[in-house]
Formats: sequence, C-alpha cells, structure tokens
Amino acid sequence: MKAALYHEGVVNLKQIPVIEMKGINKRFPGVIANDNISFRVYPGEIHALLGENGAGKSTLMSILAGLYRPDSGTIKVQGKVVRFHSPRQALEEGIGMIYQHFRLVNNFTVAENVVLGSGNINWSINHELIEKETQRISQNYGLKINPAARVHQLSLGEQQRVEILKMLYRGCDILIMDEPTTVLTPGEVKELFQVLRMMSRQGKSVVLITHKLNEVMEIADYVTVLRRGRVVGDDRIENLDEGLLTRMMVAREVIHSQARRDKQDGSMILNINNLEVKGDRGNTAVNNVSFDLHQGEILAIAGVAGNGQKELVEALAGLRGVVSGSVKYEGEEIKNHNVKSRIASGINMVPEDRIGMGLVPNLSVIDNSILRSYYKEEFYSGWLLNYKRVRSYTDRIIKEYDVFISDSRHPINYLSGGNLQKLLLGREIDQGPRVLLAAYPVRGLDVAAAEGVYDLLLKERDKGTAILLVLEDLDDIFRIADRVAVMYQGCIRKILDVEKTSIDEIGSIMVGAELTGV
Amino acid sequence: MDITALSALLAATIIAGTPILFAATGELLAERSGILNLGVEGMMLVGAAFGFISTVNTGNHWLGILAALAGGGFIASIHALVTITLRGNQVVSGLALTIFGSGLSGFLGKNYQGAPMPYQFKPLNIPVLGDIPFLGPVFFHHDAMVYLCIIIATAMWYLLYKTMWGLTIRSVGENPQAADAVGINVARVRYFCTIAGGMMAGLGGAYISLVYAPTWQENMTAGRGWIAVALVIFALWNPTRAILGAYLFGGVEALTFRLQTMGINISSFFLAMFPYIVTILVLVLVTIRRRQDAGAPEALGLAYDREER
Repeated sequence: MKAALYHEGVVNLKQIPVIEMKGINKRFPGVIANDNISFRVYPGEIHALLGENGAGKSTLMSILAGLYRPDSGTIKVQGKVVRFHSPRQALEEGIGMIYQHFRLVNNFTVAENVVLGSGNINWSINHELIEKETQRISQNYGLKINPAARVHQLSLGEQQRVEILKMLYRGCDILIMDEPTTVLTPGEVKELFQVLRMMSRQGKSVVLITHKLNEVMEIADYVTVLRRGRVVGDDRIENLDEGLLTRMMVAREVIHSQARRDKQDGSMILNINNLEVKGDRGNTAVNNVSFDLHQGEILAIAGVAGNGQKELVEALAGLRGVVSGSVKYEGEEIKNHNVKSRIASGINMVPEDRIGMGLVPNLSVIDNSILRSYYKEEFYSGWLLNYKRVRSYTDRIIKEYDVFISDSRHPINYLSGGNLQKLLLGREIDQGPRVLLAAYPVRGLDVAAAEGVYDLLLKERDKGTAILLVLEDLDDIFRIADRVAVMYQGCIRKILDVEKTSIDEIGSIMVGAELTGV
Repeated sequence: MDITALSALLAATIIAGTPILFAATGELLAERSGILNLGVEGMMLVGAAFGFISTVNTGNHWLGILAALAGGGFIASIHALVTITLRGNQVVSGLALTIFGSGLSGFLGKNYQGAPMPYQFKPLNIPVLGDIPFLGPVFFHHDAMVYLCIIIATAMWYLLYKTMWGLTIRSVGENPQAADAVGINVARVRYFCTIAGGMMAGLGGAYISLVYAPTWQENMTAGRGWIAVALVIFALWNPTRAILGAYLFGGVEALTFRLQTMGINISSFFLAMFPYIVTILVLVLVTIRRRQDAGAPEALGLAYDREER
C-alpha cells in the first residue's frame, strides 16, 4: 500500500485533504454564524480564511479547534471522521489554534510554557533538558527565541513565537492562527511569514484567519472567502487579485474616499516645541519633538509601534506629564493644563485602547455616550440625571454616527469593534472638538468598518478640525492624511507632504534609515 | 538570659510556628492555584474541634489527626464549590466560612470547654542528635507533628517548583486560560488545591488543641489563621520563605509569654501586631522593587469561565 502511494507520487498524495469540513452549521442566539460551510485544507498548504469581522471565520476555526461544537456537519482529519468535545481532543489530532490574545503564562519561562500540559516529560522537571528541547525545535523552524527568558520580558512578536513553538512541540500538523499580524511590526511579519513557509515546506498546513488583503496575496497558496456565515468563493491565489477578493468580502465596491480636496491652508492651532515626554519605565519616550498642526488638516504619525507615538498623543491630551518643551494651543501655553480643561477648550482624544480607556465595558451604551459630558446641565433635572434627555442624546449619537445596536441599555461589551469605534468617535466628535487626537482608530476593524471611520474623520476635517492621527497602515495614510510625520525612537525624523512622498520613502525612515539631504 | 532559657525559648518558637506553618502551607497551595481562601481561621477551628473530640473519644491521637483533616477539608470543599463551580466571590465566601467555622467549632465543643487533652503526642527521643548540647533540646526533642510539618512544607516547595504537577498548579493560578488551552482541567486542579489546603489548615488547628495547648477552648486558634494568611503574602507565595516566616512569627509569639515573666516592659499588643506590620513592610518593599516573578499569582481571586473573553 505504502509503495503504491509512493509510486503515484506527490501530486496524488496531495489529493487527500488533511482537513475536510462539510456542511458545517452553527447558530448563536439570533445569529447564524456558519451556514452550511465546506472547507478543505491540503498538506503543506498555507490557506487564508478571509472575511470581514463577523463573517464567521473565528467560529468556523473554533469548531475545528474543538472549542465550539457544530450544530450539524462533519469534520474529517486525514480522512477520518472526528468529533471534538474539547480543545485537547483537537490537539491530539494535530490541530492547534493560536488565538489573538495569547494564552501564555507570563511568569513562566519560554520552555515551561512550551512543555506545560504535555504528557511527555518526566514528573520531576529538568529545566536544562526542556530548554534544550525547546531550543532544538526553535532552530528547526528558524524561530529565534531564548528558552530561559520569561514571557513577560518578551515582545508580542516573540510571544507569538512561543505560541507557535507550543504547537510544534505537541506535534501539530495543522496550525490555525487568528489575525496573527495585528500585533507585529513589519519586520516581525516578515519573519513570521518565513517561519510559516518553512513549516509548509515540512508538510505542515497553516490556516490564517485574516482580513488583510496584502498579506493574503503575499503568503497564501489558497483562499476561502466568507461573508455572513457562507463561503462566497475559494480558489488558488494565482487566480485571484485584491479587487476580486475585496468584492467577494464586502459584495460592494469599497469607495476609496479620495476626498483630498484642494489644499487650503488653515491657520495654525497647535504648536509643539522641543517636547520631551517620559515613558512608563522612566525612559525618554518622546525626545525633542516639534511640529505644528493646522485647522482642517489631517497630520498622520507614522512609525513602528513603540517609537513614542502613544506617549506623544497622551502628553497632548494631558494624560502624561511633559518633562520639557512647550505645547501651545492658539498661542497659549497649555502643557500644565489638566485633561478636563483641555477638553473644555476643544482638544479631544480617541485613545488606542478603545474598550479599556475609551469606553467602560460593563456600562450601557447610554452611560458610555455621556461619559465625556455627563456634567453638562442639559442632562440634569436639578441634581439628578434626567435619563429621558440622556436617552434622546444617545439616540441622536447612534443615528448620526451609524452605530448599529439592538438596545442602547445593553452593556457595550456586546458591540463589535467597528460599532465601538463609531460610538467612541461619535461621542468625541459631538463635543465639537477643534483638535482631535486619534490613535490607531481602525485597528482590528474590517474594510467596511474602517471606511466608515475614515469617512467620519474626513468629514470632521472638512469642518475645519485639526486632526492628529496615529496610524500603522501606510496605505491608509496615503488615502486620508494631508501630511505625515515619521517617528523613530521618540523623534520625529521628518514631516512630509503626502503628495510629495512615497510609501518606500516613509517605510525607510520608519525603520531608521539615514536621512540624506536633510 | 542564660543558655537554658534561650534554648527553651527557641524550642518554644518551633512549637509556636508549627500550627501557623501547617495552615500557611495549605493556604499557599490554594492561592498558587488561584483560589484565595480567607476561611483559614474557620478551617483551623473546625480542625481543632474535630481533632480534640475524636481523640478524646477514641483515645488515639492519630484518629484525631484524621478527623481534623476531614474537618478542614470539609469546610474548604464548601469554599471550592462556591468559588470554582458557582464562581462566587472568593473574599465573601472565605470570610463567611471563618465565621461559620468559629460557630460550628464552638457548638461542637460546648461540652468539652476547658477539658484537658489526656492523650498527647510525646516528644520523640532522637538518639545522638538529641544529645547535642543546646541544639538537641532546640531541634530534636519535638513531637512527630513538628517534623511532619517541616517535611510537608519542604515537599510543597519541591512540588511547586520542580515537578510537572507544580507547573500545572502554578499555571492555573497564573493564567487559567493558558492552562485550559493546553488541556489542563482548571476546575479539577483548583478543587484539589483548595481542599488539600483546607486539610492542612485543619491539621494546624489540631496541633493547637492536641499539642500546643492540649485542651479545648472556644476560639482557641486566637487569630493564627489570619497570621497564616499574612504569612503567605510575607513569604511571597514561596514555601521555603514560609518556613522561615512561620518560625519568625512563632518566635514573636513565644517571646510574648516569656517577656512578661521576665518583667520586660513591651506591650503584648505591640507583639501581636508584629506579624502584620512585617507583612505590610514586605509588601511595600516588593512593590517598590516591582519584581514581576516574585509577586502574587496573576489570577489570584479571579473565577475562571471559558466562554468569557
């Protein structure tokens, strides 16, 4: 039998899918998450599962990984029908899933995390031995890691490598990764892709859950596109292009709002001079930064995450102290003003961490919508909150900013990322800001939701608001920003007019390339 | 102070530290798995009552020890049910069990109030070692329970830091999601640790009513359960430091009695405060140094629910 297979050759071997899901249905209260989905993965294949948020990608993969049980449908692994009741059973069949939020023990070493829960080491732990074993696997796949380091000392990219190592150590043949590049720097994305290619060469299959088209085009062999719980298309990558995939995902042309109008020079509203700000660990996070912000412009801050963008925005919003330098708002020094007085004078912020810092997860949509303005007289009858007025205010925000919810009394942690961001942006914009600071406003959002957010920002800009936007995606910067400031190691290396620069130029400044001719 | 008085004081230190160490080792195990059990005082009292009553009625102090294990384990299993299966608030449940344990032990011991313990543990006669001057009386003239206690605490350290079980237990206390993702049964580990921890608290209680003050008095643990809770923090959740801490706190307790007879004028209230003051100091120092890997288990006090994100 073995010999026969051997003679039929690799091509024929490839005909047996390592995973075959057929007719998968899964309902949650009120939602059909998976509607009669069929899905196949072949050995050595890098398979992208593409779709917008809420398209059912994560549900489908959670079923495959044993976290959820399907209402109906069959799953075959290596041609054998399986039924998983827990992630452990899926792991035993060689299927491992890496979630967006890593499941690592921060206080353990890399090696301890790798061997945790696996039955194949001695009762009494020999640390040298498990570190050596970890080292061996990591070298096999080119995963650079120090097995004796503790996880809390590692960057997110390194932590992801530990997760991959965990799966490899358990002998996984099918690795499912949920939005793996969201937390990575561009360099780390490259390294991850190298590792995935190495795994694929060794016959392992990888399923990437993603909504980033450029990555799909770069790494995938095969693509399955989901929309509203159904498969809307699947094909080899050679037969596809970005336009086709976008249309499949959203079923409508995304109107790339090229709303860059003729440059009209607004007057300067914010003037930053030689600003220095400390980071959380007492390091100098923002160093000698100077720039102006004008009315009616979008100034984007580009840079690899962790180069001082967060600290800069927090300092401007009044959340972080300024060591030296000046922050002038319409000519007035405000560096010692507190958050509340900055808001009162028209400086609003949409923080990076929308559900921790921007909104309170367990409070209702109503309560969250007035967090910024709860003290205003219009919401009160005497000294009691007048919920009738608050509700009508909330309803207006919801309508105006297109937030999709079933009941505004429900806590906001049931909302999707896109709706959260629209609620948050709506709340801030409704204050009538003159300066809007927004950090990563489209992080984790799908194409359509990101479009909605950008539309809001562009409308606001056209009203004359000065917008400072921290973004990670260079394509997006070119779509909506007027000027771009590139940050590297706490300094603004260069401020460029978007129309007079290129992605390559910004990209090289971002990673610290020497500036010539400055 | 002459040399005999000093060796007597040190020997008393070890005796006084033993019940605290039993309870603290148990609490440490539970907390390492993520379950904060503030019912230690209650579990000790129930252990003391069960141990005393069983020994008096059967005439065998080992049967008393078994009953104490069962008593402490019983109270802890209530805590486990409430906090692990029902995901109740750990602080509330623990405090309620302290009050419950004190009431239950008082009720059971009503007829034994003030009765002496006729069947006591005898000090072991360890040849050679026991004959060493000074060190002999300090370390080698104790009853079996003292040595059992040190063995258990040391074994606990080995278990937690050198074995696969320890890795599993600590992972559940640090990040139950990570443990669940690699197939560890979080609830089962927590049940085991909480109940085993309760049994050790019961053992600590029985040591008081059988050996340390061989009699029955209502509320005779007199706050040692709380000292054990403080000791776990003082030890930064490490069993070897808990051994040192238990004898330090035990020494203070032993000193309290002696100072009065020696006519030295330090308020006994001050000495009673001592363990808590040191614990707070240690916490302050650790927070200043910010050592990530030496602090409390990350998921301590938090219920685990797989569906919650």
